[in-house]
Amino acid sequence: MIRLTINNQPIIADENKTILTIAKENNIHIPTLCHYSDLGIHSECRVCVVEIDGQKGLSTACSTFPKDGMVIKTNSPRVINSRKNTVELLLSNHDASCTTCVRNMHCELQTLANKLGIEEKRFESVLDIKELDLSTPSIVRNPNRCIKCGRCVEVCRSVQGMSVLDFHGRGQDMSVGPAYHHLLADVFCTYCGQCANVCPVGAIMEKDNTDDVWEAIHDTNKHVIVQIAPAIRVSLGEELGLAVGDIVTGQMVTALKLIGFDQVFDTNFTADLTILEEGNELLSRIQNGGTLPMITSCCPAWINFLEHRYPEVISNVSTCKSPQQMFGALAKSYYASKNHLDPKNIFVVSVMPCTAKKFEATRPEMSVNHEDPDVDISLTTRELGKMIRQMGIDFTHLESSEFDGPFGETTGAAALFGATGGVMEAALRTVVEVLTKKSLDNLDFIPVRGMDGFKEATLDLNGQSLKVAVVHTLSNAKIICEQIKNGTSPYLFVEVMACPGGCVGGGGQPYGSTREQVGKRLKAIYQVDRDLAVRKSHENPSIVKLYDEYLKTPLGHLSHELLHTHYHDKRS
Amino acid sequence: MQTETIVQRFPKVDDYLIEILLAVQNNNPEHYLPEKDLHYIAEYLGIPDSRVSGVVDFYTFFSTKPRGKYIIQVCDNVPCRIRHSQVVINTLEKMLGIHFHETTSDGLFTLEPTSCLGHCDESPVIRINDDVYTNLDSEKVTKIIQKYQAREEKK
Amino acid sequence: MITQPLITKRCGNIDPLQIDSALKAGAYSLLKKVLDLSRLQVIEEIKNSKIRGRGGAGFPAHIKLMSLYQENSPQKYLVCNADEGEPGNFKDRYLMEHDPHLIIEGMAIAAYAAGTSRGYIYIRGEYQKSIEIMKQAITQASAKGFLGSQILGKDFSFHLEVRSGAGSYVCGEEFSLLESLEGKAGRTRVKPPFPTVKGLFGYPTLINNVETFANFPIIMDLSGASYAKIGTPSSTGTKLLSLSGNIQNRGVFEVPFGIPFRKIIDELGGGIPEGRQLKMVQLGGVCGPIIPEYLIDMIVDYERFEVFESKTGAGAIIVIDDSQDLFELLANISDFFAHESCGKCTPCREGHAQIRKTLDKFIHYQACEKDLISLESQARIMHQTSLCGLGQSAPTSIISALYFFRNAFFDRINASNCQEVSA
Repeated sequence: MIRLTINNQPIIADENKTILTIAKENNIHIPTLCHYSDLGIHSECRVCVVEIDGQKGLSTACSTFPKDGMVIKTNSPRVINSRKNTVELLLSNHDASCTTCVRNMHCELQTLANKLGIEEKRFESVLDIKELDLSTPSIVRNPNRCIKCGRCVEVCRSVQGMSVLDFHGRGQDMSVGPAYHHLLADVFCTYCGQCANVCPVGAIMEKDNTDDVWEAIHDTNKHVIVQIAPAIRVSLGEELGLAVGDIVTGQMVTALKLIGFDQVFDTNFTADLTILEEGNELLSRIQNGGTLPMITSCCPAWINFLEHRYPEVISNVSTCKSPQQMFGALAKSYYASKNHLDPKNIFVVSVMPCTAKKFEATRPEMSVNHEDPDVDISLTTRELGKMIRQMGIDFTHLESSEFDGPFGETTGAAALFGATGGVMEAALRTVVEVLTKKSLDNLDFIPVRGMDGFKEATLDLNGQSLKVAVVHTLSNAKIICEQIKNGTSPYLFVEVMACPGGCVGGGGQPYGSTREQVGKRLKAIYQVDRDLAVRKSHENPSIVKLYDEYLKTPLGHLSHELLHTHYHDKRS
Repeated sequence: MQTETIVQRFPKVDDYLIEILLAVQNNNPEHYLPEKDLHYIAEYLGIPDSRVSGVVDFYTFFSTKPRGKYIIQVCDNVPCRIRHSQVVINTLEKMLGIHFHETTSDGLFTLEPTSCLGHCDESPVIRINDDVYTNLDSEKVTKIIQKYQAREEKK
Repeated sequence: MITQPLITKRCGNIDPLQIDSALKAGAYSLLKKVLDLSRLQVIEEIKNSKIRGRGGAGFPAHIKLMSLYQENSPQKYLVCNADEGEPGNFKDRYLMEHDPHLIIEGMAIAAYAAGTSRGYIYIRGEYQKSIEIMKQAITQASAKGFLGSQILGKDFSFHLEVRSGAGSYVCGEEFSLLESLEGKAGRTRVKPPFPTVKGLFGYPTLINNVETFANFPIIMDLSGASYAKIGTPSSTGTKLLSLSGNIQNRGVFEVPFGIPFRKIIDELGGGIPEGRQLKMVQLGGVCGPIIPEYLIDMIVDYERFEVFESKTGAGAIIVIDDSQDLFELLANISDFFAHESCGKCTPCREGHAQIRKTLDKFIHYQACEKDLISLESQARIMHQTSLCGLGQSAPTSIISALYFFRNAFFDRINASNCQEVSA
């Protein structure tokens, strides 16, 4: 521990913490821009400079560790002047048309410029206007807004292990982009959207499909139905000004009805369905010597990763479609016929915490009639927030509503899908009961919960020790694949999610999905589970009814036709 | 020589990336690095394409577009500028009919600016591929280019 | 004669391509001597010599050597920074082309003292001749047992390799150099940690300039104490000066520290040709200060070079006569740094363009007083907030010009057609 002074305030601090951290712990706010708590020290933007007595230049608080006796000023005239100058320089090479930018009012650069009192353009613009990259269904890149903070490069490299993006060129011509200046669609990207999550400005975002949804809603010929993912009910509130982790299920349904959807359904229903199909698939593989370990398949970024990098592991992956896609298939078959609707007039919208789901919806396999997509549009949490704001809805004061039937009755197991370890836990609640023929007293499988990127658990089933694993981020998915490739995988069943924390940390979630924020959303997910009366997928009466009425049996003929899919070797 | 042969001379260690890029580009008669070669190098070293691409873009030696047989680099930093490097630049532009970053239509010469070549005591200076020419004036640089042109005509 | 050939003694008198030629003239005799001493004894001699880094920072060489000696690590590296990209400097090329073995010997001595078994010489790609000569010298030195395993039969191994740059001035900066050696773009790193703690591939690394290493055999020959008697108390030994510009005799001159610039320019440089007058001198390279004629009586030492918190650069002296326009030169310098900036940090990446626009106003007689204020402010902020030495030193020419040639700026403003629009 050492003594130092910040803004005349004597402080005793740990010398292994940066000045930025120490200041924050002592309620002294030092503005930052390139800094992101979950990523390493970058020290690039030079916004967080401070004055240290005895040192000639200014030092960045994010990268400087204090020494005993240091006297630091975080807001001297020299510091303020320099900070302002730095932001003005950034603005001189930035498309600052804020009023027409997706990040208007949610932009870190805009907020900083406002806080620093920048009210005139002192510097001439040097922006060399470049074309937007609109090549993929999921992600849009706008290089005219990039401030070269490096967050996207780092999250893609060190968290996801993908390195899709890197810095190119030098000096003012330096830019961020894919290899050889290709469009994103022409390189291998899984569309996980973590880059969009960490971007402080409007340089990377999801492809906005809200206009298409409005058009469909206002088309009297179309029957527009919406399904909404488990993660949204613990995240949408945050997007609309409520606290992180507020559970807003009822208000969310009301908002969707007000927007004008003909029916509001819950993707959790097909999450329960997924458990029935996937659980039985696992049991079948165990009993009939099928390929093990079995790996979950509901994460489209993971599927993209698998098809391009490890196609040899395809036979390990469950053939189950994701809940989003199972829903779409059922909507354009079962639901259509039950309600005497022409499937061609049914417009299925999903709301997902995910950017890769936009791509998933366009996969050719995801079409029961082999013509039209089963899911017409997949929106992100952020896009739903936008639509709610566009309607002028006062979300905070909305009354609650219930989901519509027949796809509105769900279980706690389904709710867990939003969390890392959730699919595993939901599956185990069904599979363990079937295998042991005993009802579970304790439904919580704690070892598979939490932000640890690679979790293992051992189950004692009928005297047999069976190992399972839960991983998140593609770096950890790679480890699983390598183990299987080398024949050293010790697991029976593995859950893979591409995003840190699982879907609650998805690429389409409210901005600033730091570990801390994701942790709060996770807590809320487990609360949703606890609050539900039925907590096991196989005990969902509506699911039972669906099988009785239509599907007949898990893994049956109709299930295979509608609810299962196949993958491709896409290695170049 | 095939790119693969050149690349395989180096160990599969990623810190050799720049050495490999230099060797492959030097072997290319148009002094550039085609994307297929860069992809091969990335695979060989087990590194992402984006990293290879980023390195190629960072260093001025590398080009992803074909260039002339002879790359003429002219220094215009202070020690050369104050000894009339502009005269050398003007002479070259007039003689060859091209500006910086352009290649003559016969594919022989590409003209490029360069930062200091470290021959400030002999400025103005140019570099043509690996050869350095010093103490230049309009007459001297004209003769040098004419020599190259004559050499090519003989072939 | 004011020159004192210590490290340039053999230059021009031996065949750099034949090791026997160098051996006859004493090459590797000091390495032999050093291997009979303890490593701490070697470091003590370097310390007694008080030699400071010759590449630009002027840091006492023994401190880095001792740091590395003390690091307990499975691997340690030695790197010779031969990325001499600073305009105005050509002394390292001179040394490499004329006496490569002096450098190798110096590196081997440092490797022994620091306890490193692997070394790299990072030579800028433009120095093809130096690259070939150093590679050949290393091959010949290895064949004779001065490099490799069990050197001269002792329990000391040192493997040396040449690596090439590929056209990037910023790779002369330590951290950018390390990045380049690791096969990456030369963008500098966040510091701390410093190279002696975490350098090449994450291991403790000692990085020194060519000239610094070249001095180690000299120091071991003369003894540290005797070496310290040359030059001035704070700047000991000799310095290779690269003299260029509007001067009669251009070239590399080795002089002891403490000689006035005027003497160097007049006696060694032979004065200003073409009947012109000396107007200004830029010290250290284009990253250094521009000083007026009346200051050239000051002596050559680290303190003088550190006017305006600039570093020594590497000993370049660029003489500029009265035919040159100050603003054109400042613009030329600004263009150089704009081109060479790695792009990582905001002040350097985005600052040069704005500085250049303001300089253009002075060049085109459109400058107002607010442009002077803006130029000074931009230059100071870049100097004080940039991440690495490039951005920190790039505006030095402007800061010094604003100080020493302020009248020139006011004259230009007075002669300008100021396009100022009132708010």
